[in-house]
Amino acid sequence: MIDFTLSDHDQSILDRVREQALIARKYARHYDENEHEFPPDELPEAKDHPSVMKDLMQRGEGDCGIATLGMLISMGETWGDYSVRIRIPTGAGLGNAALSAAGTPEQKKRWAGLTLAMAITEPGCGSDPSQVQTTAVLDEATDEWVINGEKIFVTTGCRAQGVVLWATLDKSAGRAGIKSFLVEKETPGFVVAHKEKKLGIRSDDTAALVFTDCRVPRTNLLGGKEEIPKAGSGGFKGVMKTFNMTRPGVAAFGLGMAEAALDFTRGQLEEAGLDLGYGSGTASQSAVVDRFHRLEANFEAARLTILRAAWLSDQGQPNNMEASVCKAKGGSAVREITQGCIEILGPLGISREHLLEKWFRDVRITDIYEGTGEIQRMIIARTLFDYTRADLS
Amino acid sequence: MISFQLTEEQEVVREAMHDFAEQVVRPVARDADEESKLPEELLAQMHELGLIATQLPEAHGGGGEERSPVTLALVLEELAWGDAAVATAALAPAAFAFAVADAGTEEQKRELLPLFCGESFHAAALALVEPGPLFDPSALSTHAEAKGDTFVLSGAKSLVPLGDRASHFLVIAATGESRDAFVVPRDASGLTISEPEKNLGLKAVPTTTLELEAVEVPAEARLGGAGGSDVQRLVNAARVALATTMTGVSRAALDFCVPYAKDRRAFDQAIAQKQGVAFPMAEMHIETESQRWLAWKAASELERGIDCTRSAHLARGYAAEKSMWIADQGVQTLGGHGFIREHPVEMWYRNARTLSVLEGTLAL
Repeated sequence: MIDFTLSDHDQSILDRVREQALIARKYARHYDENEHEFPPDELPEAKDHPSVMKDLMQRGEGDCGIATLGMLISMGETWGDYSVRIRIPTGAGLGNAALSAAGTPEQKKRWAGLTLAMAITEPGCGSDPSQVQTTAVLDEATDEWVINGEKIFVTTGCRAQGVVLWATLDKSAGRAGIKSFLVEKETPGFVVAHKEKKLGIRSDDTAALVFTDCRVPRTNLLGGKEEIPKAGSGGFKGVMKTFNMTRPGVAAFGLGMAEAALDFTRGQLEEAGLDLGYGSGTASQSAVVDRFHRLEANFEAARLTILRAAWLSDQGQPNNMEASVCKAKGGSAVREITQGCIEILGPLGISREHLLEKWFRDVRITDIYEGTGEIQRMIIARTLFDYTRADLS
Repeated sequence: MISFQLTEEQEVVREAMHDFAEQVVRPVARDADEESKLPEELLAQMHELGLIATQLPEAHGGGGEERSPVTLALVLEELAWGDAAVATAALAPAAFAFAVADAGTEEQKRELLPLFCGESFHAAALALVEPGPLFDPSALSTHAEAKGDTFVLSGAKSLVPLGDRASHFLVIAATGESRDAFVVPRDASGLTISEPEKNLGLKAVPTTTLELEAVEVPAEARLGGAGGSDVQRLVNAARVALATTMTGVSRAALDFCVPYAKDRRAFDQAIAQKQGVAFPMAEMHIETESQRWLAWKAASELERGIDCTRSAHLARGYAAEKSMWIADQGVQTLGGHGFIREHPVEMWYRNARTLSVLEGTLAL
């Protein structure tokens, strides 16, 4: 039955998440202005605020599915700050999502507890990952893969204990030749070159990685399938499946910050004596109230597309299209919302005394990483037209 | 629990309504628009489907089914996908009947509800919108003054659907600081009903202006009797209905454009293979979905008795903006053909703009 309400259990989890997020927010400006520092694994306040993880796993009747609740929690956390958390969880990297989607049971067990980054993008290839230049060559004598190449824009690349990277076994095989490998930190030949300096999410760990004759055990190929599938047999689609949850996830990150921007703006407008009531008609509202309502509607719409994609995942139903819909919608909405809030508040919006200007910078990545808005629209259009990559690119 | 799961019954209803919209509604939509005339036979057929009567209490001749605004939203999206004018006309009496069922006194229910449960389609309508540029449902110019055992209503209402035939109107008027709904029969003294208005879109729906010059109704005509009724709930229900109607129009435009863009060729390619066409269509899909979820959320709150004033307002405003944009893209996708009345997209373009200014025509 269609329902958008939350059980008391879920609501109490989300209330606690927001409470902890507000504490994290106190540190947000510091780590924005001190980009080279990493937020601590635990804030001093953490001892008074136990993790919600245990309650999260308890799913009773009337509670949300775990993927859906996960999205709401992500929004709640980034509502506080994108990077600072009361405690940074282990095992929450994008590489962990890949491991759980594509790893064998043994691999999942072996690397349980590690925080894993995901390395796809290279200096010469971004949106089209089939152009990956990093190579993996099997050394049959030692039963090891020898990896060579460069990866950039690797989220949590500095702090993660390992990384899942895409490398090709055979460039002539195109996308079918691409496999995922897990490389642990401290592996000889694996160097974290530097942390990037960015427009937003500054304290977030975004690294460039270099692999030079980096050797990993043969069993580090994620999923274990060494053969190259025939072109068009869907092998690459398996790799891409990871995105069906990470795309809603990053959309949720952006939405949490957009919500913070809306809450701040609402507070300022109400303090200024504006009535933001919803009962009257659009035609008789002031321009600023109408503008604010439109931003709110945009937020709610984007939020619902995320919940839709996550709910499908909870049902075990395909959500490839919906993952792209919410990523595309979220990517646009967070930009429009934070830009709009600054326009409404004027000087308050751009002052670094407040966080709105930071949210405006922080959300901008939403429409770029995990597949740009254009890529999402490409996927949506291909699905609408029942087209292949050859038909529309 | 957040859930997008339709019940089995809702799935069945949605599918049946889609088939009906495709096979019965869509074929008559263009003629109805051209002739500015409701397809009477179709209205009779829709009455037989029992969209309204099944949802009214058994005691008053109805089917006694538990009414679900969510199910009605699903029905309305499908019917509006077929044709928004037909959907609006067929469900306009629901705004009146459901308001009476929800908030009426026993006497009001006894007198009025059986009208909608008879052999043939019965017209009655909500009269909320007012002429003039700054319409605000929370600040109405139409007002009702208590005078002894009666109320005296003065003002004007416009875009009242089925005004050419409605037996009763539910007139929303300001009562001092508050608002109330009043049942006004067609033959009330002082009530002047205009000829059907000539509108840009939804041309098949006869809408009229009501002039109320000191129309005197008994105190019992106030919906809910002495206690009055929750007018905001009525406004909200109307806004959700409108949002879902507009979602239907959006989806119609998208569904029409997809095969067209695959079929139409330019420069040795289907135009769908060009990003300049494909990306806006992806956006049409994104925004059709977005509209629908906003409407569902508001409808679901309405169903649960949660105050949905915010959700309904946001859903209506969002759907108005996006359905207009989608219909506009629909015309652009067809190029010159989009401008020709042989294709339906120009009609949807007019209908989308028209729907965005209708408020309180339909309700769930």
